[in-house]
Amino acid sequence: MADEVILLDGYVSSFGMRVRVALAEKGIRYEYREEDLRNKSQLLLKMNPIHKKIPVLIHNGKPVCESLIIVQYIDEVWKDKAPLLPSDPYQRAQARFWADFIDKKLYDASRKIWTTKGEEQEAAKKEFIEVLKVLEGELGDKPYFMGERFGFLDIALITFYSWFHAFETLGNFSIEAECPKLISWAKRCLQKESVSKSLADQKKVYEFVVEMKKSLGV
Amino acid sequence: METHSKKMAEVKLFRTWSSRFALRIVWALKLKDVQYDTIFEDLSNKSPLLLQYNPVHKKVPVLGHNGKSVAESLVILEYIEETWKQNPLLSEDPHERAVARFWAKFGDEKVLPSIWEAFNSEGKEQEEGIVKAKENLKYLEEELKGKKFFGGEHIGFADIALGWLAEYENVFEEVASMKVIAEDEFPLLSEWKRTFADAPIIKENWPPRDKLVTRYQAFRETNLLNKAPK
Repeated sequence: MADEVILLDGYVSSFGMRVRVALAEKGIRYEYREEDLRNKSQLLLKMNPIHKKIPVLIHNGKPVCESLIIVQYIDEVWKDKAPLLPSDPYQRAQARFWADFIDKKLYDASRKIWTTKGEEQEAAKKEFIEVLKVLEGELGDKPYFMGERFGFLDIALITFYSWFHAFETLGNFSIEAECPKLISWAKRCLQKESVSKSLADQKKVYEFVVEMKKSLGV
Repeated sequence: METHSKKMAEVKLFRTWSSRFALRIVWALKLKDVQYDTIFEDLSNKSPLLLQYNPVHKKVPVLGHNGKSVAESLVILEYIEETWKQNPLLSEDPHERAVARFWAKFGDEKVLPSIWEAFNSEGKEQEEGIVKAKENLKYLEEELKGKKFFGGEHIGFADIALGWLAEYENVFEEVASMKVIAEDEFPLLSEWKRTFADAPIIKENWPPRDKLVTRYQAFRETNLLNKAPK
């Protein structure tokens, strides 16, 4: 039976990109549907009635929501190829812990960089860099977060890279100057086709953010 | 035999007597019949060992296993599930697993904060908070259709994650003089609360109700005082 895989997504969404990377890593064929978040499709509202958000993976008619839950789902269904989570339970716990840390800390701090000004923006930049530095510390000298293989935690973080150019421009700072090892890691990830083909173009993200700022009046 | 005793060796749970997050770990370990030592923490005076085991968040619960530590209750639950495979909390089916994880996350990110908001309010503000909380609870009610537990016939991952609703939520309602999960509006959820609260293992491990009431009374008083006057 052929699998039907549909991804409801938004081009610039770091969360959506995580799913794109995971699908690409596993070589899964799927139908990509871009959602206009100001005019959500009936399908999105039906498949994610609670949050009405992207990404949503629809596999043979059944929805899976929340990006990290989707990535784990993909890893469990298509388990014979390119494992995304390590096999050891402790390593898996570490990957989940840090992915949770990213979700809890990075997104909010980063959002404030482009939605605020002055002192508030400075505080946001500081917090953002602090979070990245903690992650950089976790990376250490390893090629990828869990060691030799690209996986779950790399996927959780790399998709924010598309937004770095926007943050740097609007926040007037250099992320590479503060976290050079993390940027090296990002460039290493980008050498993988699954990543380079899935990440949104940073200029397009910047244009999107500029538009958002106008419409939000910030 | 050696592997089994290696797994059994040195499991430590850092907790407080009242933490509803730590309680999840107590339930999971006991449901799987895993032997462990408990270290009760005073969060106003955290032990060096806790700070060593959870340097990032410095919170409880933390699970120590053979000298390594795992933090964040839902991450710990997954670790326990993968390390001790008896009495599984998650289905083998990937879609059902994804659904269970979804409800656990929904509980923590939406249900809990909305009930906590209502708890820390009074008057009109509380009324509005209750309306919001009920909107979230509606989804849980629907999910329980045709099921005894969120996990189906047996207690599962989502039940453990949402389990605080079966006792702590009652405490919140009592302390804040509010009714959120009414029997007529939420018959399935009300029934689930009773069934879960009375289930073996769960039943024996609730913290003392009167102590919880006192504790949350104190929280509420402080939180109400700290709110800016409208």
